[in-house]
Amino acid sequence: MSGLRIGDRRQADGITITVDGRALTCRPGESVATALLAAGIRRLRASPTAGAPRGAFCMMGVCQECAIRIDGRVQQACLVPVRPGLRVELGPTA
Amino acid sequence: MKPIGPSHDAEVAVIGAGPAGIRAALVADGLGLRVVILDEAAQPGGQVYRAVPDALRPQAGETVGPDLRTGDGLRDRLAASGAGVRLERRVWSVLPDETGFRIDALGPDGPEIYRARAIIAATGTAERVVPFPGWTLPGVVGLAAATILLKAQRILPGQRTVVAGAGPLLMLVAAGILKAGGTVAAVVDLAGRADWLCCLPALIGRPDLLSRGLGWQLALRAKRVPILHRHTVLRAEGHDGLEGVTVCPVDAAGRPVPDGRTKTIEADALTIGHGLTPAIEMSRLLYAGHCFARERGGWVAEADADGRTSVPGLFVAGDGAGIRGAAAAEIQGELAALAAGRALGVLTEHDHGRRAAPLRRAHRRAARFGGAMARLMALRPAQVDAIPAETVVCRCEDVTRGAIDAAIADGADELNQIKHFTRCGMGPCQGRMCGETVAELLALRLGGRPAAGLWTARTPIRPIPLDAVLGQFDYADIPIPPPAHP
Repeated sequence: MSGLRIGDRRQADGITITVDGRALTCRPGESVATALLAAGIRRLRASPTAGAPRGAFCMMGVCQECAIRIDGRVQQACLVPVRPGLRVELGPTA
Repeated sequence: MKPIGPSHDAEVAVIGAGPAGIRAALVADGLGLRVVILDEAAQPGGQVYRAVPDALRPQAGETVGPDLRTGDGLRDRLAASGAGVRLERRVWSVLPDETGFRIDALGPDGPEIYRARAIIAATGTAERVVPFPGWTLPGVVGLAAATILLKAQRILPGQRTVVAGAGPLLMLVAAGILKAGGTVAAVVDLAGRADWLCCLPALIGRPDLLSRGLGWQLALRAKRVPILHRHTVLRAEGHDGLEGVTVCPVDAAGRPVPDGRTKTIEADALTIGHGLTPAIEMSRLLYAGHCFARERGGWVAEADADGRTSVPGLFVAGDGAGIRGAAAAEIQGELAALAAGRALGVLTEHDHGRRAAPLRRAHRRAARFGGAMARLMALRPAQVDAIPAETVVCRCEDVTRGAIDAAIADGADELNQIKHFTRCGMGPCQGRMCGETVAELLALRLGGRPAAGLWTARTPIRPIPLDAVLGQFDYADIPIPPPAHP
Protein backbone atom coordinates (compact mmCIF):
# COMPACT_ATOMS: atom_id res chain seq x y z
CA MET A 1 0.00 0.00 0.00
CA SER A 2 0.95 3.59 0.57
CA GLY A 3 2.70 5.70 -2.01
CA LEU A 4 2.56 8.50 0.53
CA ARG A 5 6.23 9.39 0.07
CA ILE A 6 6.87 12.52 -1.99
CA GLY A 7 9.53 12.99 -4.64
CA ASP A 8 12.49 10.70 -5.14
CA ARG A 9 11.40 7.23 -4.06
CA ARG A 10 14.50 5.42 -5.21
CA GLN A 11 15.93 5.38 -1.74
CA ALA A 12 12.71 4.15 -0.13
CA ASP A 13 14.50 0.90 0.73
CA GLY A 14 17.75 2.57 1.79
CA ILE A 15 17.52 1.59 5.46
CA THR A 16 16.00 -1.47 7.12
CA ILE A 17 14.58 -1.33 10.64
CA THR A 18 12.44 -3.88 12.45
CA VAL A 19 8.92 -3.25 13.75
CA ASP A 20 7.73 -5.88 16.23
CA GLY A 21 10.35 -8.19 14.70
CA ARG A 22 9.30 -7.65 11.07
CA ALA A 23 11.64 -5.91 8.64
CA LEU A 24 10.58 -2.50 7.34
CA THR A 25 12.47 -0.59 4.70
CA CYS A 26 12.62 3.18 4.91
CA ARG A 27 14.14 6.26 3.34
CA PRO A 28 17.21 7.87 4.91
CA GLY A 29 16.35 11.10 6.72
CA GLU A 30 12.93 9.88 7.80
CA SER A 31 11.84 9.76 11.42
CA VAL A 32 10.51 6.49 12.82
CA ALA A 33 7.03 8.07 12.84
CA THR A 34 7.31 8.87 9.13
CA ALA A 35 8.55 5.38 8.27
CA LEU A 36 5.60 3.85 10.10
CA LEU A 37 3.13 6.22 8.39
CA ALA A 38 4.62 5.31 5.00
CA ALA A 39 4.09 1.63 5.83
CA GLY A 40 0.44 2.28 6.68
CA ILE A 41 1.00 1.71 10.40
CA ARG A 42 -1.10 4.45 12.02
CA ARG A 43 -1.88 2.94 15.43
CA LEU A 44 1.27 3.11 17.54
CA ARG A 45 0.00 2.43 21.04
CA ALA A 46 -3.05 2.32 23.29
CA SER A 47 -3.83 5.14 25.70
CA PRO A 48 -2.86 3.99 29.20
CA THR A 49 -6.21 4.62 30.89
CA ALA A 50 -8.94 3.92 28.34
CA GLY A 51 -6.88 1.67 26.06
CA ALA A 52 -7.97 3.65 23.01
CA PRO A 53 -5.86 3.51 19.83
CA ARG A 54 -3.38 6.35 19.40
CA GLY A 55 -1.00 7.48 16.70
CA ALA A 56 1.53 10.24 16.08
CA PHE A 57 -0.20 13.62 16.43
CA CYS A 58 2.01 16.73 16.66
CA MET A 59 5.15 15.46 14.86
CA MET A 60 7.30 17.98 16.76
CA GLY A 61 8.02 16.30 20.04
CA VAL A 62 5.31 17.94 22.14
CA CYS A 63 2.30 15.63 22.48
CA GLN A 64 4.09 12.37 23.40
CA GLU A 65 1.46 10.31 21.54
CA CYS A 66 4.16 8.56 19.50
CA ALA A 67 6.25 7.56 22.54
CA ILE A 68 7.00 3.89 21.86
CA ARG A 69 9.86 1.52 22.63
CA ILE A 70 12.73 2.19 20.24
CA ASP A 71 15.92 0.20 20.79
CA GLY A 72 14.55 -0.86 24.15
CA ARG A 73 13.84 2.63 25.44
CA VAL A 74 10.61 4.67 25.29
CA GLN A 75 11.30 7.46 22.82
CA GLN A 76 9.23 9.80 20.65
CA ALA A 77 9.03 8.21 17.20
CA CYS A 78 8.70 11.63 15.53
CA LEU A 79 12.08 12.75 16.89
CA VAL A 80 14.18 9.63 16.26
CA PRO A 81 15.67 9.33 12.76
CA VAL A 82 15.73 5.83 11.26
CA ARG A 83 19.07 4.05 11.16
CA PRO A 84 19.97 0.52 10.09
CA GLY A 85 18.93 -2.15 12.58
CA LEU A 86 16.73 0.11 14.73
CA ARG A 87 14.29 -2.01 16.75
CA VAL A 88 10.78 -0.57 17.10
CA GLU A 89 8.15 -2.12 19.36
CA LEU A 90 4.58 -0.86 19.05
CA GLY A 91 2.54 -0.43 22.21
CA PRO A 92 -0.05 -2.99 23.36
CA THR A 93 -3.32 -3.31 21.45
CA ALA A 94 -5.38 -2.20 24.45
CA MET B 1 27.40 15.44 45.00
CA LYS B 2 29.42 14.79 41.92
CA PRO B 3 28.97 17.30 39.11
CA ILE B 4 26.24 16.15 36.74
CA GLY B 5 27.79 17.26 33.50
CA PRO B 6 30.23 19.59 31.84
CA SER B 7 29.66 23.29 32.40
CA HIS B 8 29.76 26.04 29.77
CA ASP B 9 29.87 29.78 30.32
CA ALA B 10 28.41 32.45 28.06
CA GLU B 11 27.33 36.04 28.30
CA VAL B 12 24.13 35.50 26.36
CA ALA B 13 22.26 32.21 26.11
CA VAL B 14 19.61 32.03 23.41
CA ILE B 15 17.05 29.28 23.97
CA GLY B 16 15.47 28.18 20.70
CA ALA B 17 17.05 28.39 17.24
CA GLY B 18 14.05 29.48 15.20
CA PRO B 19 13.64 32.79 13.34
CA ALA B 20 13.88 34.91 16.53
CA GLY B 21 16.64 32.89 18.19
CA ILE B 22 18.96 32.77 15.19
CA ARG B 23 18.64 36.52 14.60
CA ALA B 24 19.24 37.18 18.30
CA ALA B 25 22.37 35.02 18.30
CA LEU B 26 23.71 36.72 15.15
CA VAL B 27 23.23 40.23 16.55
CA ALA B 28 24.60 39.37 20.00
CA ASP B 29 27.61 37.74 18.37
CA GLY B 30 28.07 40.86 16.25
CA LEU B 31 28.21 42.92 19.45
CA GLY B 32 31.21 40.85 20.53
CA LEU B 33 29.27 38.96 23.20
CA ARG B 34 30.03 35.32 23.96
CA VAL B 35 26.85 33.63 22.74
CA VAL B 36 25.50 30.13 23.02
CA ILE B 37 22.29 29.07 21.26
CA LEU B 38 20.48 25.87 22.22
CA ASP B 39 17.76 23.93 20.42
CA GLU B 40 16.14 20.51 20.63
CA ALA B 41 16.27 19.88 16.90
CA ALA B 42 19.19 18.47 14.94
CA GLN B 43 19.35 21.62 12.78
CA PRO B 44 18.61 25.30 13.47
CA GLY B 45 15.52 26.79 11.83
CA GLY B 46 12.62 26.21 14.18
CA GLN B 47 9.28 25.19 12.69
CA VAL B 48 8.63 27.68 9.87
CA TYR B 49 12.23 27.62 8.58
CA ARG B 50 12.67 23.96 9.51
CA ALA B 51 15.68 22.25 7.97
CA VAL B 52 15.15 19.25 5.71
CA PRO B 53 17.33 16.18 6.38
CA ASP B 54 20.06 15.97 3.71
CA ALA B 55 18.72 12.75 2.21
CA LEU B 56 15.26 14.30 1.77
CA ARG B 57 16.27 17.69 0.37
CA PRO B 58 14.79 18.72 -2.99
CA GLN B 59 16.78 17.12 -5.82
CA ALA B 60 18.28 19.01 -8.74
CA GLY B 61 15.42 20.38 -10.82
CA GLU B 62 12.98 20.50 -7.89
CA THR B 63 12.04 23.90 -6.52
CA VAL B 64 13.28 24.98 -3.12
CA GLY B 65 10.41 26.64 -1.23
CA PRO B 66 10.81 30.19 0.13
CA ASP B 67 10.82 29.09 3.78
CA LEU B 68 13.54 26.51 3.18
CA ARG B 69 15.55 29.09 1.23
CA THR B 70 15.26 31.68 4.03
CA GLY B 71 16.11 29.02 6.60
CA ASP B 72 19.17 27.87 4.65
CA GLY B 73 20.42 31.47 4.53
CA LEU B 74 20.02 31.89 8.29
CA ARG B 75 21.63 28.49 8.97
CA ASP B 76 24.65 29.44 6.86
CA ARG B 77 25.05 32.76 8.65
CA LEU B 78 24.71 31.13 12.08
CA ALA B 79 27.31 28.49 11.20
CA ALA B 80 29.71 31.21 10.02
CA SER B 81 29.18 33.29 13.17
CA GLY B 82 31.05 33.05 16.44
CA ALA B 83 27.96 31.83 18.32
CA GLY B 84 28.27 28.43 19.97
CA VAL B 85 25.52 26.36 18.34
CA ARG B 86 24.40 23.53 20.62
CA LEU B 87 21.79 21.33 18.93
CA GLU B 88 19.83 18.31 20.16
CA ARG B 89 19.79 20.02 23.58
CA ARG B 90 16.61 19.77 25.60
CA VAL B 91 16.58 22.62 28.12
CA TRP B 92 14.74 21.33 31.18
CA SER B 93 15.57 23.90 33.83
CA VAL B 94 16.48 27.58 34.02
CA LEU B 95 17.23 29.12 37.39
CA PRO B 96 18.76 32.36 38.62
CA ASP B 97 22.25 32.00 40.08
CA GLU B 98 25.00 34.30 41.30
CA THR B 99 26.26 35.15 37.78
CA GLY B 100 22.88 35.45 36.13
CA PHE B 101 21.24 32.21 35.12
CA ARG B 102 21.97 28.51 35.23
CA ILE B 103 20.54 26.45 32.38
CA ASP B 104 20.30 22.67 32.58
CA ALA B 105 20.09 20.83 29.29
CA LEU B 106 20.09 17.23 28.20
CA GLY B 107 22.18 16.59 25.09
CA PRO B 108 23.27 13.57 23.08
CA ASP B 109 26.20 13.03 25.45
CA GLY B 110 24.20 13.50 28.61
CA PRO B 111 23.44 16.39 30.95
CA GLU B 112 25.09 19.79 30.56
CA ILE B 113 25.04 23.03 32.51
CA TYR B 114 25.22 26.45 30.89
CA ARG B 115 25.73 29.68 32.78
CA ALA B 116 24.84 33.01 31.23
CA ARG B 117 24.46 36.63 32.30
CA ALA B 118 21.44 37.13 30.05
CA ILE B 119 18.87 34.81 28.51
CA ILE B 120 16.90 35.38 25.34
CA ALA B 121 13.95 33.00 25.39
CA ALA B 122 12.86 32.35 21.80
CA THR B 123 10.93 29.19 22.50
CA GLY B 124 8.19 29.49 19.89
CA THR B 125 4.76 27.98 20.18
CA ALA B 126 2.71 24.86 20.55
CA GLU B 127 -0.22 24.19 18.26
CA ARG B 128 -3.64 24.39 19.82
CA VAL B 129 -6.27 21.85 18.77
CA VAL B 130 -9.72 22.26 20.31
CA PRO B 131 -10.96 18.73 21.12
CA PHE B 132 -13.83 17.06 19.27
CA PRO B 133 -15.12 13.48 19.33
CA GLY B 134 -12.64 11.18 17.62
CA TRP B 135 -9.66 13.57 17.68
CA THR B 136 -7.55 10.91 19.37
CA LEU B 137 -7.97 8.47 16.45
CA PRO B 138 -4.77 7.52 14.58
CA GLY B 139 -4.84 9.44 11.31
CA VAL B 140 -5.78 12.74 12.96
CA VAL B 141 -2.73 15.03 13.14
CA GLY B 142 -2.08 18.71 13.78
CA LEU B 143 -1.89 21.29 10.99
CA ALA B 144 1.66 22.18 12.03
CA ALA B 145 2.37 18.43 12.01
CA ALA B 146 1.24 18.33 8.40
CA THR B 147 3.66 21.11 7.46
CA ILE B 148 6.51 19.08 8.97
CA LEU B 149 5.41 15.90 7.17
CA LEU B 150 5.15 17.71 3.84
CA LYS B 151 8.17 20.00 4.01
CA ALA B 152 10.74 18.22 6.17
CA GLN B 153 9.72 14.55 5.94
CA ARG B 154 8.47 14.54 2.35
CA ILE B 155 5.41 12.45 3.01
CA LEU B 156 1.67 12.97 2.65
CA PRO B 157 -0.46 12.69 5.80
CA GLY B 158 -2.78 10.27 3.99
CA GLN B 159 -4.25 9.16 0.66
CA ARG B 160 -7.28 11.45 1.12
CA THR B 161 -6.85 14.29 3.57
CA VAL B 162 -9.31 16.71 5.13
CA VAL B 163 -7.57 19.97 6.10
CA ALA B 164 -9.44 21.78 8.88
CA GLY B 165 -9.20 24.48 11.52
CA ALA B 166 -8.25 28.14 11.36
CA GLY B 167 -5.61 30.46 10.00
CA PRO B 168 -3.13 30.64 7.13
CA LEU B 169 -1.75 27.12 7.65
CA LEU B 170 -5.01 25.74 6.20
CA MET B 171 -4.24 26.97 2.70
CA LEU B 172 -0.51 26.32 3.00
CA VAL B 173 -1.08 22.68 3.95
CA ALA B 174 -3.86 22.06 1.43
CA ALA B 175 -1.81 23.55 -1.41
CA GLY B 176 1.25 21.61 -0.22
CA ILE B 177 -0.64 18.33 -0.40
CA LEU B 178 -1.84 19.11 -3.94
CA LYS B 179 1.64 20.14 -5.06
CA ALA B 180 3.00 16.83 -3.80
CA GLY B 181 0.41 14.95 -5.85
CA GLY B 182 -1.90 14.11 -2.96
CA THR B 183 -5.66 14.45 -2.62
CA VAL B 184 -7.40 17.04 -0.47
CA ALA B 185 -10.95 15.84 0.26
CA ALA B 186 -11.97 19.26 1.61
CA VAL B 187 -10.74 22.39 3.37
CA VAL B 188 -12.87 23.13 6.44
CA ASP B 189 -12.32 26.70 7.64
CA LEU B 190 -13.75 28.09 10.89
CA ALA B 191 -13.44 31.57 9.41
CA GLY B 192 -15.86 32.92 6.84
CA ARG B 193 -14.85 34.72 3.65
CA ALA B 194 -15.71 38.00 5.38
CA ASP B 195 -13.24 37.23 8.20
CA TRP B 196 -10.47 36.83 5.62
CA LEU B 197 -11.50 40.05 3.87
CA CYS B 198 -11.12 41.89 7.19
CA CYS B 199 -7.43 40.94 7.05
CA LEU B 200 -6.89 42.46 3.62
CA PRO B 201 -5.64 45.87 4.82
CA ALA B 202 -2.92 44.12 6.84
CA LEU B 203 -2.13 41.74 3.98
CA ILE B 204 -1.56 44.53 1.51
CA GLY B 205 1.53 45.52 3.49
CA ARG B 206 3.08 42.17 2.61
CA PRO B 207 2.55 41.68 -1.15
CA ASP B 208 4.96 38.71 -1.14
CA LEU B 209 2.88 36.77 1.36
CA LEU B 210 -0.38 37.95 -0.19
CA SER B 211 0.67 36.57 -3.57
CA ARG B 212 1.74 33.30 -1.95
CA GLY B 213 -1.70 33.07 -0.38
CA LEU B 214 -3.43 33.79 -3.67
CA GLY B 215 -1.28 31.12 -5.32
CA TRP B 216 -2.53 28.58 -2.80
CA GLN B 217 -6.15 29.63 -3.45
CA LEU B 218 -5.68 29.23 -7.21
CA ALA B 219 -4.14 25.77 -6.77
CA LEU B 220 -7.13 24.67 -4.70
CA ARG B 221 -9.57 26.07 -7.22
CA ALA B 222 -7.79 24.39 -10.13
CA LYS B 223 -8.20 20.99 -8.45
CA ARG B 224 -11.81 21.81 -7.49
CA VAL B 225 -11.14 21.20 -3.80
CA PRO B 226 -14.30 21.97 -1.79
CA ILE B 227 -13.61 24.88 0.58
CA LEU B 228 -16.15 24.96 3.37
CA HIS B 229 -16.01 28.38 5.02
CA ARG B 230 -17.46 28.85 8.49
CA HIS B 231 -17.55 25.09 9.01
CA THR B 232 -16.02 22.86 11.62
CA VAL B 233 -15.26 19.21 12.28
CA LEU B 234 -18.11 17.80 14.35
CA ARG B 235 -16.62 14.28 14.67
CA ALA B 236 -13.79 12.14 13.40
CA GLU B 237 -15.19 8.74 12.45
CA GLY B 238 -13.44 5.36 12.68
CA HIS B 239 -12.48 2.53 15.04
CA ASP B 240 -8.76 1.73 14.91
CA GLY B 241 -8.02 4.73 12.72
CA LEU B 242 -9.68 7.55 10.86
CA GLU B 243 -12.21 6.59 8.17
CA GLY B 244 -14.24 9.76 7.77
CA VAL B 245 -14.74 13.31 8.95
CA THR B 246 -18.18 14.69 9.79
CA VAL B 247 -18.42 18.44 9.28
CA CYS B 248 -21.11 21.04 9.91
CA PRO B 249 -21.53 24.84 9.79
CA VAL B 250 -20.55 27.06 12.73
CA ASP B 251 -22.01 30.36 13.88
CA ALA B 252 -19.97 33.56 13.95
CA ALA B 253 -18.64 32.70 17.43
CA GLY B 254 -17.36 29.29 16.31
CA ARG B 255 -20.12 27.12 17.81
CA PRO B 256 -21.12 24.12 15.66
CA VAL B 257 -24.65 24.33 14.26
CA PRO B 258 -25.47 20.84 12.98
CA ASP B 259 -28.12 21.22 10.31
CA GLY B 260 -29.01 19.95 6.86
CA ARG B 261 -25.49 20.72 5.71
CA THR B 262 -23.90 18.23 8.13
CA LYS B 263 -22.08 15.59 6.10
CA THR B 264 -19.41 12.92 6.40
CA ILE B 265 -16.40 13.10 4.14
CA GLU B 266 -14.46 9.92 3.48
CA ALA B 267 -10.81 10.39 4.44
CA ASP B 268 -7.89 8.50 5.97
CA ALA B 269 -6.19 11.63 7.28
CA LEU B 270 -7.39 14.76 9.03
CA THR B 271 -4.97 17.59 9.70
CA ILE B 272 -6.46 20.12 12.06
CA GLY B 273 -5.26 23.11 14.07
CA HIS B 274 -6.90 26.05 15.80
CA GLY B 275 -4.01 28.42 16.21
CA LEU B 276 -0.82 28.68 18.19
CA THR B 277 -0.10 29.21 21.86
CA PRO B 278 3.16 30.85 23.01
CA ALA B 279 5.53 28.55 24.92
CA ILE B 280 6.08 30.45 28.17
CA GLU B 281 7.49 27.74 30.44
CA MET B 282 10.85 29.47 30.80
CA SER B 283 9.61 32.95 31.73
CA ARG B 284 7.06 31.34 34.04
CA LEU B 285 9.74 29.31 35.79
CA LEU B 286 11.72 32.53 36.36
CA TYR B 287 8.65 34.25 37.86
CA ALA B 288 8.41 36.94 35.18
CA GLY B 289 5.13 38.83 35.08
CA HIS B 290 2.62 37.52 32.52
CA CYS B 291 -0.61 38.77 31.01
CA PHE B 292 -3.39 37.18 28.98
CA ALA B 293 -3.61 38.45 25.40
CA ARG B 294 -6.06 36.34 23.41
CA GLU B 295 -5.21 38.02 20.10
CA ARG B 296 -1.52 37.15 20.62
CA GLY B 297 -2.25 33.47 21.31
CA GLY B 298 -2.91 33.47 25.06
CA TRP B 299 -0.67 34.04 28.07
CA VAL B 300 2.55 35.92 27.29
CA ALA B 301 5.36 37.38 29.35
CA GLU B 302 4.89 41.09 30.01
CA ALA B 303 7.60 42.73 27.93
CA ASP B 304 8.44 46.02 26.27
CA ALA B 305 9.02 46.48 22.53
CA ASP B 306 12.61 45.22 22.94
CA GLY B 307 11.59 42.06 24.78
CA ARG B 308 12.68 43.15 28.30
CA THR B 309 10.66 41.21 30.86
CA SER B 310 10.10 42.01 34.54
CA VAL B 311 13.13 39.79 35.35
CA PRO B 312 16.43 41.63 34.81
CA GLY B 313 18.52 39.78 32.23
CA LEU B 314 15.58 37.79 30.81
CA PHE B 315 14.42 38.77 27.33
CA VAL B 316 11.70 37.20 25.18
CA ALA B 317 11.41 37.23 21.40
CA GLY B 318 9.44 35.64 18.59
CA ASP B 319 6.13 33.82 18.68
CA GLY B 320 6.92 32.64 22.21
CA ALA B 321 6.49 36.28 23.24
CA GLY B 322 3.13 36.56 21.42
CA ILE B 323 2.09 35.23 18.00
CA ARG B 324 3.15 37.66 15.27
CA GLY B 325 4.70 35.37 12.65
CA ALA B 326 8.21 34.57 11.46
CA ALA B 327 9.03 37.94 9.87
CA ALA B 328 8.19 39.85 13.05
CA ALA B 329 10.01 37.21 15.08
CA GLU B 330 13.28 37.79 13.22
CA ILE B 331 13.14 41.51 14.01
CA GLN B 332 12.18 40.87 17.64
CA GLY B 333 15.18 38.58 17.99
CA GLU B 334 17.47 41.38 16.87
CA LEU B 335 15.81 43.86 19.22
CA ALA B 336 16.16 41.48 22.16
CA ALA B 337 19.86 40.97 21.40
CA LEU B 338 20.42 44.74 21.28
CA ALA B 339 18.59 45.12 24.60
CA ALA B 340 20.76 42.37 26.09
CA GLY B 341 23.84 44.14 24.74
CA ARG B 342 22.69 47.36 26.38
CA ALA B 343 22.01 45.55 29.68
CA LEU B 344 25.46 43.94 29.60
CA GLY B 345 27.12 47.27 28.90
CA VAL B 346 28.52 46.64 25.41
CA LEU B 347 26.19 49.21 23.83
CA THR B 348 25.85 52.82 24.95
CA GLU B 349 22.38 54.26 25.41
CA HIS B 350 22.94 56.33 22.28
CA ASP B 351 24.14 53.45 20.08
CA HIS B 352 21.37 51.22 21.33
CA GLY B 353 18.74 53.81 20.47
CA ARG B 354 20.23 54.43 17.05
CA ARG B 355 20.15 50.74 16.11
CA ALA B 356 16.86 49.82 17.80
CA ALA B 357 14.67 52.63 16.44
CA PRO B 358 14.47 51.45 12.79
CA LEU B 359 13.98 47.85 13.96
CA ARG B 360 11.08 48.88 16.19
CA ARG B 361 9.44 50.56 13.19
CA ALA B 362 10.03 47.50 11.00
CA HIS B 363 8.61 45.29 13.72
CA ARG B 364 5.42 47.30 13.91
CA ARG B 365 4.97 46.84 10.15
CA ALA B 366 5.68 43.10 10.24
CA ALA B 367 3.49 42.62 13.29
CA ARG B 368 0.50 44.10 11.49
CA PHE B 369 0.42 41.15 9.10
CA GLY B 370 1.24 38.63 11.82
CA GLY B 371 -1.39 40.17 14.07
CA ALA B 372 -4.12 39.80 11.45
CA MET B 373 -3.24 36.12 11.05
CA ALA B 374 -3.10 35.64 14.83
CA ARG B 375 -6.58 37.13 15.18
CA LEU B 376 -7.92 34.64 12.62
CA MET B 377 -6.43 31.86 14.77
CA ALA B 378 -7.45 33.20 18.19
CA LEU B 379 -9.22 30.68 20.38
CA ARG B 380 -13.02 30.92 20.08
CA PRO B 381 -14.60 30.34 23.51
CA ALA B 382 -17.92 29.20 22.02
CA GLN B 383 -16.09 26.40 20.21
CA VAL B 384 -14.68 25.16 23.52
CA ASP B 385 -18.08 25.48 25.19
CA ALA B 386 -19.55 23.18 22.53
CA ILE B 387 -17.20 20.24 23.26
CA PRO B 388 -19.45 17.24 24.08
CA ALA B 389 -19.18 15.82 27.63
CA GLU B 390 -17.82 12.41 26.54
CA THR B 391 -14.97 13.93 24.49
CA VAL B 392 -11.43 13.32 25.73
CA VAL B 393 -9.77 16.67 26.52
CA CYS B 394 -6.54 15.48 28.18
CA ARG B 395 -5.11 12.91 25.77
CA CYS B 396 -2.40 11.66 28.13
CA GLU B 397 -4.74 10.73 30.97
CA ASP B 398 -8.01 10.21 29.01
CA VAL B 399 -9.83 12.92 31.01
CA THR B 400 -13.13 13.94 29.41
CA ARG B 401 -14.85 17.30 29.29
CA GLY B 402 -17.52 15.78 31.55
CA ALA B 403 -14.91 14.93 34.20
CA ILE B 404 -13.56 18.47 34.07
CA ASP B 405 -17.05 19.96 34.40
CA ALA B 406 -17.67 17.63 37.36
CA ALA B 407 -14.47 18.86 39.02
CA ILE B 408 -15.57 22.45 38.53
CA ALA B 409 -18.98 21.59 40.01
CA ASP B 410 -17.15 19.99 42.95
CA GLY B 411 -15.38 23.27 43.67
CA ALA B 412 -12.22 23.31 41.56
CA ASP B 413 -11.86 27.01 40.81
CA GLU B 414 -8.39 27.26 39.30
CA LEU B 415 -6.36 25.37 36.69
CA ASN B 416 -4.08 23.56 39.15
CA GLN B 417 -7.07 22.35 41.16
CA ILE B 418 -8.52 20.75 38.02
CA LYS B 419 -5.19 18.96 37.72
CA HIS B 420 -5.37 17.75 41.33
CA PHE B 421 -8.99 16.65 40.98
CA THR B 422 -8.77 14.89 37.60
CA ARG B 423 -5.06 14.25 36.68
CA CYS B 424 -5.73 16.45 33.64
CA GLY B 425 -2.36 17.89 32.59
CA MET B 426 -0.33 15.43 34.67
CA GLY B 427 0.71 13.22 31.74
CA PRO B 428 3.91 13.29 29.71
CA CYS B 429 2.85 16.23 27.49
CA GLN B 430 2.77 18.28 30.72
CA GLY B 431 -0.54 19.92 29.87
CA ARG B 432 0.63 21.34 26.54
CA MET B 433 -2.17 19.70 24.55
CA CYS B 434 -5.06 20.26 26.99
CA GLY B 435 -4.08 23.35 28.99
CA GLU B 436 -5.73 25.91 26.74
CA THR B 437 -8.99 23.96 26.58
CA VAL B 438 -9.18 23.31 30.32
CA ALA B 439 -8.40 26.93 31.13
CA GLU B 440 -11.10 28.06 28.70
CA LEU B 441 -13.65 25.65 30.22
CA LEU B 442 -12.87 27.14 33.63
CA ALA B 443 -12.97 30.66 32.26
CA LEU B 444 -16.47 30.04 30.89
CA ARG B 445 -17.60 29.43 34.49
CA LEU B 446 -15.41 32.00 36.22
CA GLY B 447 -15.83 34.79 33.71
CA GLY B 448 -12.39 35.15 32.19
CA ARG B 449 -9.02 33.54 31.64
CA PRO B 450 -7.07 35.50 34.29
CA ALA B 451 -9.35 34.00 36.95
CA ALA B 452 -8.76 30.49 35.59
CA GLY B 453 -5.04 30.83 36.25
CA LEU B 454 -2.04 29.03 34.79
CA TRP B 455 -0.37 25.69 35.40
CA THR B 456 2.34 26.15 38.02
CA ALA B 457 5.69 26.09 36.23
CA ARG B 458 7.94 23.30 37.44
CA THR B 459 11.15 21.63 36.40
CA PRO B 460 11.62 19.71 34.26
CA ILE B 461 9.96 22.13 31.83
CA ARG B 462 10.41 19.52 29.09
CA PRO B 463 10.02 15.79 29.71
CA ILE B 464 13.34 14.01 30.25
CA PRO B 465 14.30 10.52 31.39
CA LEU B 466 15.34 10.99 35.00
CA ASP B 467 18.16 8.45 34.84
CA ALA B 468 19.76 10.56 32.10
CA VAL B 469 20.20 13.60 34.33
CA LEU B 470 21.01 11.91 37.59
CA GLY B 471 24.63 11.40 36.55
CA GLN B 472 26.66 9.09 38.78
CA PHE B 473 24.13 9.20 41.52
CA ASP B 474 24.90 7.51 44.81
CA TYR B 475 22.64 7.60 47.84
CA ALA B 476 25.76 8.12 49.99
CA ASP B 477 26.21 11.46 48.19
CA ILE B 478 22.97 12.92 49.51
CA PRO B 479 23.96 15.51 52.12
CA ILE B 480 22.17 14.63 55.35
CA PRO B 481 22.32 17.31 58.03
CA PRO B 482 23.36 16.08 61.46
CA PRO B 483 20.56 15.67 64.01
CA ALA B 484 19.81 18.83 65.97
CA HIS B 485 20.34 17.10 69.34
CA PRO B 486 23.04 14.45 69.23
